[in-house]
This record gives sequence, C-alpha cells and structure tokens, in this order.
Amino acid sequence: MEKRVTFKGWLLPLLLVAPQLAVTAVFFFYPAGQAVWQSLFIPDPFGLRSQFVGLGNFEFLLGDSYYRASFVTTAVFSSLVTLVSMGAALCLAVLADRLIKGASTYRTLLIWPYAVAPAVAGVLWLFMFNTRVGVISWYLGLLGYDWNHVLNEGEAMGLVVVASAWGRVSYNFLFFLAGLQSIPRSVIEAAAIDGARFWTRFRTIVFPLLSPTTFFLLVVNIVYAFFETFGVIHTITSGGPQQATTILVYKVFADGFVGQDLGSSAAQSVILLIVVGTLTIIQFKYIERKVHY
Amino acid sequence: MSGMVEKRGVGLWLTHAGLILGVLVIFFPIWLAFVASTVTQPEIVRPPMPLLPGDQFFENYREALVSGVNTPVARMLANSAVMALGIAFGKIAISLLSAFAIVYFRFPGRQLFFWLIFLTLMLPVEVRIVPTYEVVARFGMLNSYPGLIFPLIASATATFLFRQFFMTVPDELAEAARVDGARPMRFFWDILLPMSRTNIAALFVILFIYGWNQYLWPLLITTDPSMNTIVMGIKQMFPSGDDVADWPVIMATSLLAMLPPVLVVILMQKLFIRGLVDTEK
Amino acid sequence: MATVTLTNIRKSFGPNEVIHGVDLDVANGEFIVIVGPSGCGKSTLLRMVAGLETVTTGELRIGGERVNEKEPMDRNIAMVFQNYALYPHMSVFDNMAYGLRIAKTPKAEIAERVANAAKLLQLETFLARKPRELSGGQRQRVAMGRAIVREPDVFLFDEPLSNLDAKLRVQMRLEIKALQRKLGVTSLYVTHDQVEAMTLADRMVVMNAGDVEQIGAPLEVYERPASLFAAQFIGSPSMNVLRGTAAGALVTLANGAVIEAAVDAKGPVIVGIRPEHLAPDPQGPIALDTTMSEPLGWNTLVHGTMGGTDSELVASLAGVHRESELQGTMRFSVAASLTHLFDAASGRRLGG
Repeated sequence: MEKRVTFKGWLLPLLLVAPQLAVTAVFFFYPAGQAVWQSLFIPDPFGLRSQFVGLGNFEFLLGDSYYRASFVTTAVFSSLVTLVSMGAALCLAVLADRLIKGASTYRTLLIWPYAVAPAVAGVLWLFMFNTRVGVISWYLGLLGYDWNHVLNEGEAMGLVVVASAWGRVSYNFLFFLAGLQSIPRSVIEAAAIDGARFWTRFRTIVFPLLSPTTFFLLVVNIVYAFFETFGVIHTITSGGPQQATTILVYKVFADGFVGQDLGSSAAQSVILLIVVGTLTIIQFKYIERKVHY
Repeated sequence: MSGMVEKRGVGLWLTHAGLILGVLVIFFPIWLAFVASTVTQPEIVRPPMPLLPGDQFFENYREALVSGVNTPVARMLANSAVMALGIAFGKIAISLLSAFAIVYFRFPGRQLFFWLIFLTLMLPVEVRIVPTYEVVARFGMLNSYPGLIFPLIASATATFLFRQFFMTVPDELAEAARVDGARPMRFFWDILLPMSRTNIAALFVILFIYGWNQYLWPLLITTDPSMNTIVMGIKQMFPSGDDVADWPVIMATSLLAMLPPVLVVILMQKLFIRGLVDTEK
Repeated sequence: MATVTLTNIRKSFGPNEVIHGVDLDVANGEFIVIVGPSGCGKSTLLRMVAGLETVTTGELRIGGERVNEKEPMDRNIAMVFQNYALYPHMSVFDNMAYGLRIAKTPKAEIAERVANAAKLLQLETFLARKPRELSGGQRQRVAMGRAIVREPDVFLFDEPLSNLDAKLRVQMRLEIKALQRKLGVTSLYVTHDQVEAMTLADRMVVMNAGDVEQIGAPLEVYERPASLFAAQFIGSPSMNVLRGTAAGALVTLANGAVIEAAVDAKGPVIVGIRPEHLAPDPQGPIALDTTMSEPLGWNTLVHGTMGGTDSELVASLAGVHRESELQGTMRFSVAASLTHLFDAASGRRLGG
C-alpha cells in the first residue's frame, strides 16, 4: 500500500529518519552483527585476542549436555507457562462473556497484573513460597507437604511457571474476551435453538471461531516465555537448582556475564535469534492470512 | 435454563462465583505483599505471618523510601521514572519522524531503510545483550540514563504503528494542506500530529510500562546502586548468604515498584487496551 | 479571477499514458464541468490543474501565466474535495482560516473573511464546532467556505456532491450554482453524474479513457453529440443505438425497417435515437417487443428489444401509462431531425 500524495525533496526525509537510523545502527545492528561475529571466535583467557573457530562454538553447544538440557527446560517451561496462562484466561473470559452486565468490571479487576513487572511478580511469589517465611509453604507444611523449591527441581519449575503465568493471565484474558465478544450473538443463539448445550456450543462453535485469537496468543505467549521471563527466573531460582530452571535466555546471561564465555554466549544469542525470528515470521504469516479474510 | 443463551438464577451466581474466585487468586499475592508491608519483621519471620494488615504502614514505607537497603527507594523510583519516560518519549519522537518520512516522501534508500527497521522487530534486547553492553561501555554510558534508555529505543515497533496509522489518514487531507499552502513540516505539526494524539497516548501507555518493567538491562549496566531502577533494585535488597531478608521493606518496595504502571493501566484503561491491540497485531 | 488554458496536456504514470492530450480554454468566470465515467482521467486532469499531480507534457496556464512548475499554493486556486478533507481536529473557523494563517494574513482580516464566508453559507452558528459534529451538507458548506475565504482565481471541485444523499445533492447543486454566479469565479468541476453536468455547466467536457470526446454547452452536447460515447453518456435513459446501412437519407435497420435520417450517408452506420424521441405510432417503422415497463410518474419507460432482433430498445412515454397498455409489440416513429448518425467504425458524428 502506498500513499498517492507525497511531498517533494529528499534531504528533509533523510533528516527525519536520521535519528532512528543512528540509534538503530549503533544500538541494534552493530551489536547484532557483533553477536554473529563473536559467535565464530573463542577469546583467550585474558581477553586479549580471539581465535577463529568457525562454527566451533555452535558444534560445541549442540554437543553440550547442559545446553541441550537448557533447550528441554525452555521447551517445558514455555509450554507450561503458555498452557497455564491461556487455560486460566480462557476459563475466566468464557465466564465473563456469559455476563450481560459486569463483564467490564471484571475486566478492570483482572487486567492490571499485566503492569506488574515479571521480576516483581517473581518476588511476590518467592515471598509466598519462601522456605522460611512463606505463608503457602508453611500451610503446605501443616498438611504434611515439605515444600522446598530451593532443592526440589520440580517444585522450582512449578513456582517459576506459576509466577510467570500469573501476570500473563491478564493479557490473555483481555484478548480472549475481545475474541469472544466479537463472535456474533446470533450464531450462538442459532446453535442454542438447534438444541446445543453450553459445552457442545463451546466445543463446536465458540472454540473454532476463537481459533485466530488462540493461535495469535500461542505465538505471543511462547515469545514472552522465551524472553521476558528472565526477571522471574533471576529473582526466584537464579536458574537452579542444578540448572533445572535455566532457560535459554538465562543461560546467555549466565555464560556471557557471569561465566565470561563470550564466544559461547554469542553463539547462544544467534541460536535464540533464529528461534525468535522463526516465531516472528510465523506470526507475520498468520497476520497476513488474517488480513486476507 | 434449558439451552437459553442468557444466564439466570443459579447459573448467573455460579458465573459470578467463578469470576470472583479468579479475581481473588489474582489478587492474593498482592494482598499478602501489602500485609507484609504493614507489619514488623518479627511478625513475618515467625510463620505463619498474619493475613490482615498491621500498623507499621507508615514506618515501613518511610524506611523504604528514605533509606531502603542499598539505596533509598525514592531514588530508584526517580531512576525508573526517568528511564520509562525517556524510553516512551524517545521512541515516540524518533518513530513519528521516521514514519512521517517513510509514508509521505519518496527518497533514495527508502525501501532499504524500511527493511532495516523491519528487521529490528525480530530481535528483543535479550538476544544481543553482550555486544550491546560492550557498545554502551565503550561510549562510557554505563551507570547513566542514556545508557539505560538508548538500547531500548532501538526497535521499530512504534514506527510501524505510526506508519500504519498514517496510511489510514485520507490522502485528501495532505492535499488540502498543500492547497492551503502548508509545507511538509507544517502539515506534520498542524495536521498529522494532532490527529495522532490518541495513538500517541496509547503507545505511550504501553511504552511506559515496557520501560518501567525492564529488568535485565538495568541489572547489567547499573553497578552503581544510586543508578538502580526500582524493578531491578528489589532483587539487590535480598542479602547474600543466610541473612534474613528485610521483608517488610522489600514488600513495601515491591508495591511501590508496581504502583505507577498499575495506576497507568487502571486510569487509562481504554488507551491501554487500544495500545495493546495496536502494538501486538 | 482568471482564465485557464490547457494546451496538449498529457499525463503518464510510468509507461502508462492516462491523459492523451487535452486542449481547453476556460474563459474568465466560466463554469466548466468535466464529466465522464470513473477511470476516464477527469480527476487526474483536475489534480494537474491544482498542482497535486505533475503535468507530464503540455502547458498549463492560469491567468495567462505558465504554472506547470508551481506549487498548489502558488497557483491561487482553491479546491473542494470529494470527502471534503476537513481537518478533523480543527473547528469550522480554524478549518476555514488555516490557509490564511499560513499566508500570514492579519488576524482581523482572517476574522472578517471567515465571517463573510460563514454568512454566505449560513454557517455562522457552527463556527466553533468540529467537523464530526456537522451533518454532511454542513461539512460540504465548510469545504466550500474554506475555498471561498482564500478568494482564489479558480475554484476546483472534485466530485463534491457524491458523498451526499440524493435529496441533499439536488439542494447543494443549486447552492453551488448560485454561489458561483454570485462570486463569478472561474470554476472547474469534476463529476461522473451527467445530471450535475447538465445543470451546472456553462460548458462541459465529456471525457472517455483519457480523451476528450466533446466540449460544449450542455444542450449542444445533448442535441448534437459529437461521438457515440458522448451521445450515450449524456441523457437518461441512455440513447438507443441501432446498427444499420445508410443509402442517402434512408437507413435500413437490422430487421429490415427503414427510417429517415437527418443527413445523407453511405454504408454501415449507427443510428442514435433518444428514448424520449420515440413517438408512439401504429404505422411507425420501429417495432418494440416489450419485456417490461417502469412507471416514473412524469413519464413511463418501456423496455424491450427491436422487433425481430436482440438489440435493446427503450422508449420514454410522457405521462402515466398502465402496464396493460404496454404489452406485446408496440410501434414507434421518429422525426428525421431527431436522429443522430455515427460512423460505424470510429463512432464520430456524421453530418453537422
């Protein structure tokens, strides 16, 4: 799509794009290029010179059991976050959609956790499940369950998943509710007249009509779980115990800044770049299709 | 009920009950944090902690704001505000200008520029942290506001948003302005900018929250506690080793950290929803 | 006020030429309507006069001065757009004053000029409102007002009435005509509506596919269409066209019927007869196998085919007729002076 009208001249538009071009070049393209470049080198221990290793860093990574474990961890983590946050949001949205009045009140009550930073959410949930002072862990103890996410890998994963999904419910709820409300009442009423009960209606009419929203949220939530949950992991588990919650982004940070292994960290960045690039392309493809409706 | 779409009686109450349960679950962590921020440290470390607020509200919040643990929280709040506002205003400003250029001019390199900024949509800052850190360090921008702000405005989401909006502005408005004698920048200031007000406001809400909630980046480049932002500063308040954390102050800080963005979402709900839908679609 | 002169104006978008050389002399104060179907290039032509499109070749003069290279604002023109193009965030007053402010007109003068225009257009009570608070007709008037306050040499109208409903369109048409008479400003008006063209124009320019088919006063175009296209585009319902073979003043139609034409010709021709010129006549040469009729009150349209052929034929009968009168085959005659002959190959008018 192009505008019919344009203004003349080329100096002014170049001046207009200059600020964005400068910021993007310095803080985006140069670092991204560096990431790719560094991924091909191994620096010596003193950081004075680097040795070119080609795809050696990648080969090493793919053979590294820790890295492969981190991949699996990320897959499990993002699937769970997506499932939990979308599942809860869909239930709430379906309930709110059934109300003639009051849906917007519940919306107001439910959307604000979106604004809570993942890192802050991490601190809140850490507080509830803290092994020493946590309220929930204490009551679990009363029931005879000894909660200890500092030592138990499964519990650690469970906690970061719930803490990550918590704020995300708002976001998904908002989009699900909008999706549900955009389904024409007449379609549902027609199904009701055809004798379909609530559950049948949901399964055969509502859910299929909601599938564009669901697919969109699926992609967006996976991207969220991949990247934006760093704060949750860092505040609650720092990747532990035994790397049980070390997702890929956390590992880039841990290897690059804590471990100072720049080559490997850069190679990991490049792999992440490919992953997120693929997801973005899927998302754009989907949007294109939606536009063609 | 028998197949009716509209809910009445028991069904209606069950629906409300389900929603209220959801709201309570969502609220619970916040409530607990609030309670913790109003009681004394001994009340917390001797579990179970109370579930109703205590009388230490003013003491805890004053202590957090004035002295904090490493840095007064007031200072961290100010840092966060500068960062969030800097990101929001900076990104909106450069995006408006470049979107205007892309949509209303034909200039050499236009297509290339368009694809270059398109690429930036695909890479969150988390993916390029190490080299970005090096760039910022080389510019001497560690522990500085520009260092906090610039890397995070190097993305084109806002440019795309404005481009999309400008495309929907009828061609005839620009033509009418030309007939009226308006030069390009005059058209931009007098017509395009005022017409974009709602879009700008919606984007501002989203970018403010995005900037305020940044964690990894400030964690990397602010080694000086006086430059910490509040969201990353909370983690710094936990003691290393086995010392007991100062929970009332930490929880007060957590609530202070979420207050500005939450207020923005609630008070500007319409703009927030619009911004969310605009930026994500 | 000024003359407008177009000399062999052409326009190409890339390799496609969309305007194939237009010549037009507009006299001072004249109201010219450019009319044609969508895509005929009429809007492009107007936009070239406005300076919103560049002229590929040819020369454009306003007030005798070449303006090809001038910006719109330096041509001293004003334009009324199809969707009005009112600035949505500005009040009616500001919309009208915007151009004057850019021209750094003194405040007092702006206020006076806007007040005068508002009075002329009965917009005085709406000056503080935003465009979205106005009705379609009021917005239309604001768009006119914006043009008037500039006191331009030339008014340009780009289908200004097509966004209005039918009733309002008639009313605004009359207002525009009255206003133009009163102000006496040279005007170019683009429309696809032949009724607007007929009623507004001092002279009209009939365009088709980037070419000018005819330039002339409305009745001249109606009575002596220069081409088959102009003949069919102007007039409602459209002129009947029948293939035939001419020998002298007599034309033999496809079904063998013979009619008398106004001019002499030879060989294959196309005969044009306006539906309103078909006179019921039991002995008439033209047979109409009726298929249906449309009573419009002041006249009645009878649709069908010419007897023994599948050429469509429409007759317009004055006054009310019941469907029962309009069954089967009806016969018509036509006065020779009311027939039009066109060359079968080129579609140009034959004879004077």
